Amino acid sequence: MNPARLALRRIRGVFRRHWYLLTASWPRMLDLVYWPTVQVILWGFITRFLAEESSLVANAAGIFLSAVLLWDVLFRSQLGVSLGFLEEMYSRHFGHLYTSPLRPYEHVLAVFLIATIRVALGVGGASLLAIPIHGFWIGGVLGWSTVLFMAVLMAFGWSIGLMIAGLVMRLGMGAESLAWAAIFLIQPVSGVFYPIETLPGWVQAIAWCLPTAPVFEGMRAVLIEHRFDLGLLLHALAMLCLWLALGASVYTALFRSVRRRGQLLQTGE
Amino acid sequence: MVRGPVNQGPAVRVEGLVKRYGEVVAVDGLSFAIPAGRTTALLGANGAGKTTTIAMLLGLLAPSAGTIEIFGLPMPKARNRLLPRMNFSSPYVDLPLRLTVRQNLLVYADLYGVPAPHERIAELAAWLDLAAFLDRPTGRLSAGQKTRVVLAKALINRPELLLLDEPTASLDPDTADRLRTMLQNYQAERGAAVLLASHNMQEVERLAQHVVMLKAGRLVAEGSPAELLERFGRVDLEEVFLDIARGRARDPAPA
Repeated sequence: MNPARLALRRIRGVFRRHWYLLTASWPRMLDLVYWPTVQVILWGFITRFLAEESSLVANAAGIFLSAVLLWDVLFRSQLGVSLGFLEEMYSRHFGHLYTSPLRPYEHVLAVFLIATIRVALGVGGASLLAIPIHGFWIGGVLGWSTVLFMAVLMAFGWSIGLMIAGLVMRLGMGAESLAWAAIFLIQPVSGVFYPIETLPGWVQAIAWCLPTAPVFEGMRAVLIEHRFDLGLLLHALAMLCLWLALGASVYTALFRSVRRRGQLLQTGE
Repeated sequence: MVRGPVNQGPAVRVEGLVKRYGEVVAVDGLSFAIPAGRTTALLGANGAGKTTTIAMLLGLLAPSAGTIEIFGLPMPKARNRLLPRMNFSSPYVDLPLRLTVRQNLLVYADLYGVPAPHERIAELAAWLDLAAFLDRPTGRLSAGQKTRVVLAKALINRPELLLLDEPTASLDPDTADRLRTMLQNYQAERGAAVLLASHNMQEVERLAQHVVMLKAGRLVAEGSPAELLERFGRVDLEEVFLDIARGRARDPAPA
């Protein structure tokens, strides 16, 4: 068997491990769609109320629901990647994985793949439920830019997820809560629900260093001004490249440290 | 005692191996060889450095100093070429407990690029008596069943070098005896080199043709079981082990 086919089989092996886990448990499947669905229901009703009070909300149909769904793409993607590694720590499994021929980059690619499926099931399910509940379809209001915005946020979630996974592997399960909480540190400066210009000047400078700020500004440009801002997308892609490089570097450095310290055999609490 | 094929030179050669964790020296200038086609026992009290040594042999842990050669290739530098030819089992590392036995073995068949994985799993299931619980979650198995599953994982790629950390720990005598027979059969059929870390001296006497004894990360004795018994003037390896562990060795110098 040639090396490329062997690499694909190893990626399939890790993917299988997570797919079996996900599909064997209905609470896990339910958990994927539960929170996005609650958010969509809640923000749909908030939107209905605010539309009666605000001409902006009335004219920019789905501004909050789009924001909620796009944010959830980022959150689910990051969480999916972090959980992909946490599951190995919960089951004290790293020792077997990394005494097999599995390469770290193959492990990471398989985890990205399963994280993407988790996003598709979770956010996709909630997006579909929004149609009968609120008469809202995100693709209907954002058009083809939905795919671009989601792709950028998904990949940004991978980079944050990798950094968190590396930190939890290095620091142990005591740092597990980072997987759920860390992403919310950037929410206030991402302009999810309000324009970046709302922020103080020095905070705006930080915001524009993230791919999220141009994505959510771009979303508002489509919804409020009915135009697609290519400059914002290019800005988001440039920041995404930097963050992906940073995520890969941080993960690689932490993984090497974990290997040097012998923590692959002793991951856990 | 089962003898493997004629020795064709060492499968593993370790020279001056050191592992430091800050001030603590877990492995201190260790040098030994694992003959090809033989079973070598790695013995020592808790904390002697056995698991650390195995982790370095597997490339899981970077040595602070020294060299490891496996099949003539440097570990960890040639890790990607070596790991497909090796495998490992330990009671301290689990397989995912929510996956069934078959699912776990399919995952590892992919990771090792095993051809015809379903056939190989059926073969291992018959050999290790797993068929009755192949589709049961691994977490619902007894300790003995789990140990056999981990051994099936360790044999899935027909390794030329098998590293076993306490393979019969927590097993009842009957299951442990059956597992030792399985290991003897595998080693004899495959001609594999086996490194066995164990606290069970009867097991070592039965399985190993070569013994490496560690104390505080250092090699304190090496040779065949018969050579060690003669050198220490004892009738079994348990007494030799106690002599070394309690510092009352008559001849603590390595062979």
